[in-house]
Amino acid sequence: MKFLEARQLTKRFGGLTAVDNVDFDVDKGEILGLIGPNGSGKSTTMSLIMGLHKPDAGSIHLNGVDIAGWTPNRIAGMGVSMVFQHSRPLQQQTVLQNVLLACLPNKVTHLRVSDAQREKAIESLRLVGLNGVHDKAPSELPFAGLRRLEVAKALARDPDLLLLDEPFAGLSAGEVREFSDLIRHLKGSGRALILVDHNVKSVAALVDRAVAMSSGQRIAEGSPRDVLANADVRRVYLGSQSDTVAPEVRRDDSDAPPVLRVKNLNVFYGKAQALSNVSIDVVDKGVTAVVGLNGAGKTSLFNAIAGLLPSRGEISVRDRSIAGMPAYEIARSGIVLCPESRELFGDMSVLENLKLGGMHLSAADLRERLEFVEQIFPRLAERRRQYARTLSGGEQQQLAIGRALMMKPKLLLIDEPTLGLAPIVMDIISESIEALRKSGELSLLLAEQNMVFASRHADSVYLVEHGSIEWSGPAHQFVEQAGSKIL
Amino acid sequence: MNVNTQSIRRPMVGLVIVSLAAAILPYVGLQEYSLSILTLGLFFAVYSMSWDLLFGYAGEANFGATFLIGTGAYTAALMSSNGVATPLVCVAAGAAAAVIAGAILAFPALRLRGPYFGLVTLVAVLIMRQLIILFSDKTGGEIGIAVPDVIALDSATNFHIALGLAAVTASVLYFLVKSPFGLILEAIGQDPINAQVLGFNIVKYKLTAFCVSAFFSGLAGALMTFYLGTASTNVFVDASVGVQIIIAAIVGGRRTVFGPILGALFMAAASEYLRPLGSLSELSVALIALIVLFFLPGGLLGLVRLARRPS
Repeated sequence: MKFLEARQLTKRFGGLTAVDNVDFDVDKGEILGLIGPNGSGKSTTMSLIMGLHKPDAGSIHLNGVDIAGWTPNRIAGMGVSMVFQHSRPLQQQTVLQNVLLACLPNKVTHLRVSDAQREKAIESLRLVGLNGVHDKAPSELPFAGLRRLEVAKALARDPDLLLLDEPFAGLSAGEVREFSDLIRHLKGSGRALILVDHNVKSVAALVDRAVAMSSGQRIAEGSPRDVLANADVRRVYLGSQSDTVAPEVRRDDSDAPPVLRVKNLNVFYGKAQALSNVSIDVVDKGVTAVVGLNGAGKTSLFNAIAGLLPSRGEISVRDRSIAGMPAYEIARSGIVLCPESRELFGDMSVLENLKLGGMHLSAADLRERLEFVEQIFPRLAERRRQYARTLSGGEQQQLAIGRALMMKPKLLLIDEPTLGLAPIVMDIISESIEALRKSGELSLLLAEQNMVFASRHADSVYLVEHGSIEWSGPAHQFVEQAGSKIL
Repeated sequence: MNVNTQSIRRPMVGLVIVSLAAAILPYVGLQEYSLSILTLGLFFAVYSMSWDLLFGYAGEANFGATFLIGTGAYTAALMSSNGVATPLVCVAAGAAAAVIAGAILAFPALRLRGPYFGLVTLVAVLIMRQLIILFSDKTGGEIGIAVPDVIALDSATNFHIALGLAAVTASVLYFLVKSPFGLILEAIGQDPINAQVLGFNIVKYKLTAFCVSAFFSGLAGALMTFYLGTASTNVFVDASVGVQIIIAAIVGGRRTVFGPILGALFMAAASEYLRPLGSLSELSVALIALIVLFFLPGGLLGLVRLARRPS
């Protein structure tokens, strides 16, 4: 019997099966890597173990006890700790008090901190390399320091099973190395660790075994080397050769001026730099794709273009600068963002959602526009009266794009059109993107972590990693020239 | 946090000094009228401090402070007017009843996520008010119940009772929020998911905080009934009184324990001394509150701290 055994774990959110019949084990003294692209269900799997979501089916045996469906605090009491990707420490308290919090028992009558608890907190801080900052406020710590603080909190609980959600996100190369050493050290003290990461390469050297997930399903398991070489894993990350055949309508983009030009764009979130000197040209009446893993900076780029994020650098549409314009003016000028989260009005019908997109149009224009959208997405015409929240994931994505199209965009930015969609549904989105290209009405800019999908449609591709452009060029050269950067 | 006994000792010593200094006020020529305003302000301070334990620390907005206060007040008044027990027993029963009623109300409401807790507590006040009016043969309806007994007649003793209650409430609450209990409560208020993952049963902690809040609210409600000599809905069971309690906490400085005392005294004094303005007085109090909210997000106590800090 392994220390943790998950069997047939399943979790559904509405029409979307986020985790689909997944099995895995992890033993003490072992690091299991849970890898897969964004939306593949790995973070949900972690939430199921921690009890943040209740599984719809399956079992999770910890030390022989089935903990599936327990509350998080009971599971924590069984010796499970989790380090979140986004740290939210108590700002009014010191670093030491933040760790002390984790040392406290779940007992309302416990009103004094014991010396043992205090020593435990200090020891945990020492273990993660945070010395001499006990009395500082968390806001005074650098980004990597905050991550260390979260690990110290988890360690203070002396967990037998430690869950790490994207521990390397946002860290520099040097910090990644230091953190890997720390994680390796934790394994040495007889703990079981599960580590979630979308970046396969960074964890390959660290984990003992890897489970690869895609669309909620386990697609491979084994040593990191085997998983990296697995054909299914390569297809998920890179696509197969047959997928990257150039679309029939491939525009010659060399002479036409770009519809949107971004130059030397920088975006900061507090201390973390999300984008550094990003420059892209968006092909007029064509499809341009920005690809990269989760956290690479694609959404930041899109939000900056749409005016939702403050940024430094140039953003111009046909030589007219739009940098610094308010978001609604950018949207009215024809640059429309279809966000990753879709932002549909769940308790409104499909038709009402579409009409809201075309609010500024005259009645005749609105009718004509509706026809255009329903011609591209026939499914939406069939479901006109249905509430948006009752649609399947794929239909919701169609509606989100449809609603954005109602605004008559000159340039449509679609953030992660295929996120969380089953392969068969991706084909429908594929067809509609080709239909939009053929209509010759607008230019498209896609953000995708699914490189297969992106290179199938794009005229030109930009690969973003850690907030900067690592490669750019025509789609058909992508796998050959840039594939090694990913796997 | 009382790991650092230093950090809790100094404010506590300060509280004792201020309380002792305030206790001699009746003997240094403070007028009866001013004393009565201070007395009411101190009861109000207890309500406001108790309310802020839940909002300032656990992050739950209780719109039904007067449900707890009213339970304490009406329990004491009904027992006293029916000659069941002595005033002190009535006061103890009032505090106990507020804790019991509060727990029954809060246990299901605190398990829900989102704004439901606030809504449930608001509705509880409205229902209680209607029930009191419905059973007016027992409760006196909108006129209220007269309480035959008194705890003390002279205004100095009543002032001392209110002052003592406020000081004890402040000490207990300050000790609690600086203890591990308070730290966990704050963690729950800021990030409930993380708090659960650290092993804390958040419903248990919030419910405990609510019961502590209910205890002091009910106790103060019962004592104030004996001070006023009547229990009536407009004083004890009224959503708008609940809003004033909230304003007092925010004006004084939320998440400070002592701030709401300043806020409550300020509100009591303002509404009393601005009374000549007629209906303009309520408007002025509201405007002052709005100005404090906009320009002093830390409240009046935040201003004191700002002045103390060397630039």
